[in-house]
Amino acid sequence: MKFVNEYRDPELGRKLLDRIHKRSRKHTRLMEFCGGHTVAIFKHGLRQLLPDNIEMLSGPGCPVCVTAIADLDRAIALARLPGVIITSFGDMVRVPGSHSSLQQVKAEGADVRIVYSVQDALAIARENPDKHIIFIGIGFETTAPTVAASILQAEEEGINNYYVLSLHKICPPIMKALLDLGEVRLSGIICPGHVSTIIGSHPYQFIPDEYGIACAVSGFEPLDMLLAVDMLVNQIETEQPGVEIAYRRGVKPEGNTQAVRLMETVFEVADANWRGIGVVPLSGLQPRAPYDKYDAEKKFEIDPGPTNEPRGCICGSILRGVSTPLDCRLFGTKCTPEHPVGPCMVSAEGSCATYYHYGDDNV
Amino acid sequence: MRGSLRGADAPLFQIFPLPCQGRGIKGVGCKINSMNMEDKILLAHGGGGKLSHDLIEQSFLPHLANPILNKLEDSAVFELSGRLAFTTDSYTVNPIFFPGGDIGKLAVCGTVNDLSMSGARPLYLSLSFIIEEGFAVADLKKVIASIKKAADEAEVTIVTGDTKVVNRGSADKLFINTAGIGIVPERVDISAANARVGDIVIINGNIGDHGIAVLSQREGLKFQVPVPSDCAPLNKLVAEMLETSGNIHCLRDPTRGGLATTLNDFAEQSDVGIRIEEDKIPVDKAVLAACELLGFDPIYIANEGKLVAVVAPDDADLILKKIKRNKYGGEAAIIGEVVAEHPGKVVMKTSLGASRIVDMPVGELLPRIC
Repeated sequence: MKFVNEYRDPELGRKLLDRIHKRSRKHTRLMEFCGGHTVAIFKHGLRQLLPDNIEMLSGPGCPVCVTAIADLDRAIALARLPGVIITSFGDMVRVPGSHSSLQQVKAEGADVRIVYSVQDALAIARENPDKHIIFIGIGFETTAPTVAASILQAEEEGINNYYVLSLHKICPPIMKALLDLGEVRLSGIICPGHVSTIIGSHPYQFIPDEYGIACAVSGFEPLDMLLAVDMLVNQIETEQPGVEIAYRRGVKPEGNTQAVRLMETVFEVADANWRGIGVVPLSGLQPRAPYDKYDAEKKFEIDPGPTNEPRGCICGSILRGVSTPLDCRLFGTKCTPEHPVGPCMVSAEGSCATYYHYGDDNV
Repeated sequence: MRGSLRGADAPLFQIFPLPCQGRGIKGVGCKINSMNMEDKILLAHGGGGKLSHDLIEQSFLPHLANPILNKLEDSAVFELSGRLAFTTDSYTVNPIFFPGGDIGKLAVCGTVNDLSMSGARPLYLSLSFIIEEGFAVADLKKVIASIKKAADEAEVTIVTGDTKVVNRGSADKLFINTAGIGIVPERVDISAANARVGDIVIINGNIGDHGIAVLSQREGLKFQVPVPSDCAPLNKLVAEMLETSGNIHCLRDPTRGGLATTLNDFAEQSDVGIRIEEDKIPVDKAVLAACELLGFDPIYIANEGKLVAVVAPDDADLILKKIKRNKYGGEAAIIGEVVAEHPGKVVMKTSLGASRIVDMPVGELLPRIC
């Protein structure tokens, strides 16, 4: 395949790094929004190569991590219903809820299946007409259009045993919420890559306009990330914040209008519960009429019981960029990828798992 | 050992249903017509009667007969002297046929390679089948032919065996267990605990081929990769390496968990650090592309025809040359070295010149969500 090594070219990387080192003078605090960005930064060791005055913080862009415990408990309660098959992306089944996890209820006899795509969930629905198939819909604007498409397909085929527990979240409102909290003083944001392929770069314009903070959309290869940092440094040093795209091969300013239309046809914006942040108005998606008949929440009555946050877990403040995994007393001792306490240690894109796997900088 | 077979009138392979699941044999076997025999494995094939006999005569014997097995005793009996290596492994790969191999080839190569990694010369294997009722007889024949071919290439003899048939759903199509015995030549001392500071790390070719080839065939994840599994017996390659140098310290086949896991084992058990260079690790472009799509790192993907060798620095070039001349070593490369710093840890120099820890994988690799 082309376009892997091209975006890892050491020569070009060094040139970008040289330019960043020469230009960057101010103390600069950047947040990489996506968990995928955090992984790329650690995997390629980029933190060690950037100037000391540039600080990188991880953001809330990990779909598994931001799923509230209460929502997780609802998924687990649904799994316990008779005649139900839960379909879910892999990482999700390992995240501990208040009292159990999907993995645990599976071991107790619930039918929980890991799928690679929402289409697999639909196929399971076709094959099991006497069962209720519930897809645990997590993710941001990246995955929501595919789930919307699955609902439209179910409608077209007359599949009436397929449901979605929609825990989808959307990015611009949470970015605004984090900035309004004012806990971290950011100079720039590395805006999400895959999300932006869908929504484009326009929705971030409020960030430079209202908050004076620099923005650049980045892909997930080292050169993408370095180019994004280079753009941000330039905006910051010249004090001209704006929204730039360092990921032109994937992202157009207007986004993928067809996918957005699909998403808007099936879903409407609703309040969403974010782990560690709480309910953020109009930051999630739920099926709108007439597609609300596919909404698992409306179809099934469940009592997930009271929620119980794990003691000592600081995933919430890590997701807000206030703390790093190294600030957590459980990190690496009570909380490891084998025995995760919080979601940031479970997901492959969680900050804690990334810190744990790739180590802190200087090795 | 007596044993492969059961009594003089019973065939080479015992075919019995598991006691708790099997069906009585009497009268069942003879009601099944020969069409079924050609078609699917039935519980009655585990009955020990005519069907069992026919299955063995038609499927197993034509390929696997040899003087030790043919004695039809309860266990195979043979002479051996010297230091013995003994290993066992079970094979449950899904799907059982994949580009570049199948469960039968894997069952032979895996055990041959496990013996080889202690420096042993593999000699004898046992072969045990657990078959799910309804499994196609034609597929079983294909697997057995493949076992024969792999055993011939590795020059190992299958001297004892067993077959069980279990109810539909009690196993997934076909499971195979093989155990193997080999002789470790004098003065050969290979162990994951033997790596020394200054040693050189060599791999015999592209990593990740097997894992990606198998994954590409999985239900729900089918994609086209022009790369077959690397499944291969490495005993001859190892023998050539041992002839070339007496300073091979560690050998391991990086199967499940991939290169990263093997290197971590070496670092931990030898209490040394290992530094590798990302740019030097050979990976096929198509495998790299598949990994990128799925969000995997090739250093964690399984191999079935690869070995990682830690060798004395003075002999490294010589050994590398020898490996490169073997048909399973064309893409061999030196990928790193053993260092005194960071004992127990593996550190990788990235293409851009930064460093990062290479950790053990946790749990099953799962494709990314977004």
